[in-house]
Amino acid sequence: MDHRGPAETGAPSPEDGAPVGAPDLGDLLRRAGRGDEQAFARLYDLVAARAYGLAVRVVRDRAQAEEVTQEAFLEIWRTASRYDPDRGSALSWMLTITHRRAVDRVRSAEAATRRDLTYQHQNQSVDHDATAEAVQASLDAHRVRSAMAALTEVQREAVSLAYLGGYTHTEVATMLDLPVGTAKTRIRDGLIRLRDAMGVGS
Amino acid sequence: MTTPQEFHAMTGAYAVDALDDTERAAFEEHLTECPDCRAEVASLREAAALLAETTAIEPPAALRDRVLADITSVRPLPPEVPAPVVPLAERRRRRPRLLLAAAAAVVLVGAGAVVWQQPWDDSSTTQLTGAAAVLAASDARSTSLDFPSGASATVTHSDSLGEAVIVTKKMPAPPAGKVYQLWLDQPGVGMVSAGVMPVEEDQTVLLTGDAATATGAGITVEPEGGSDAPTSKPIALFDFGRSKA
Ligand SMILES: [Zn+2]
Repeated sequence: MDHRGPAETGAPSPEDGAPVGAPDLGDLLRRAGRGDEQAFARLYDLVAARAYGLAVRVVRDRAQAEEVTQEAFLEIWRTASRYDPDRGSALSWMLTITHRRAVDRVRSAEAATRRDLTYQHQNQSVDHDATAEAVQASLDAHRVRSAMAALTEVQREAVSLAYLGGYTHTEVATMLDLPVGTAKTRIRDGLIRLRDAMGVGS
Repeated sequence: MTTPQEFHAMTGAYAVDALDDTERAAFEEHLTECPDCRAEVASLREAAALLAETTAIEPPAALRDRVLADITSVRPLPPEVPAPVVPLAERRRRRPRLLLAAAAAVVLVGAGAVVWQQPWDDSSTTQLTGAAAVLAASDARSTSLDFPSGASATVTHSDSLGEAVIVTKKMPAPPAGKVYQLWLDQPGVGMVSAGVMPVEEDQTVLLTGDAATATGAGITVEPEGGSDAPTSKPIALFDFGRSKA
């Protein structure tokens, strides 16, 4: 198996409590912004598994996920100089770009064919397990899962459906039988709890 | 309309791209004037990014080759050049610091300081002779805006040609029944319509009106067909870098 996994996120491996993948990524991004292709290649090696895995989780189709990831990295390369460390980690900046592209992809596809929410709802737990086989075992992933387990069920489902499923909060509300308008609160509450448990973003 | 409290409740959904286009546009406008929401969105994005740890999959090696081949033909954008922002709208004129603070969410790129060099995707401009002429003008000056959503807009103006061009990338569609309208800020007159943008994510549009006299350009969301004067706050303002004196 390839060694470029999330377990090796930065040169110094992430300390307990340190933001995942924080070391070095910002510096590599800055160098990429100056046209340093080697720095960008290193950046790719450190982040691609997370970006691609996220794209796969949202769009499901591997070929489309590859396209999404490719487009995202091109955008990251092109706009690297616009990354501002004061506004967040390089990892979250890169994954925000990737996630947005993945979501754009499924939503534009939906304009033609609306997804069957009931079907997705029923299969949601199955999907969760199905991706697990491909998930790289890592301490960080374990910590994140533990933190997610500490959310209420509805928070956990709302966050997962929104971020990993790529659904809008209105769709999430329907899928979880929540009154319209409350899903976004659950998403926020869940993310806040995850954030505080993991000690990031403060 | 949406209250500040309702906006504050949207930070999580916004951070994970779970707002629809209309909500997102409204929330991004709120973000420009709410440092609390900006900070919370940033922190929740950090939290969401952690979830990618649990779904990581090693991509095919061929993807790496494609990405690294791609970048050799794409020029990285120049960095943002901090420059004094001369606000265009009266509302902002009274609160220039707020506009600067807003740059945390809506990135204002150095006013008029960046010379456009068609860093990518020149195919969209080649047939547009009017626009291409502006973009290629020796005195072309560009001002760019990056939206947190990933959309971007760049206005390039040439004083010698007296024309301006807007190039947009990945612009979300305007709300139903609405259009994006372009404006030129003319001294002593105010915002004068410079046309309505076609609904396409990626656009290269020549602004109507005299760009040589204009001090800036703006985009507002207007009812279909456009308005004679802006009826909503601009979603983007581009300063042409002229002294107001
Ligand atoms: Zn707010």
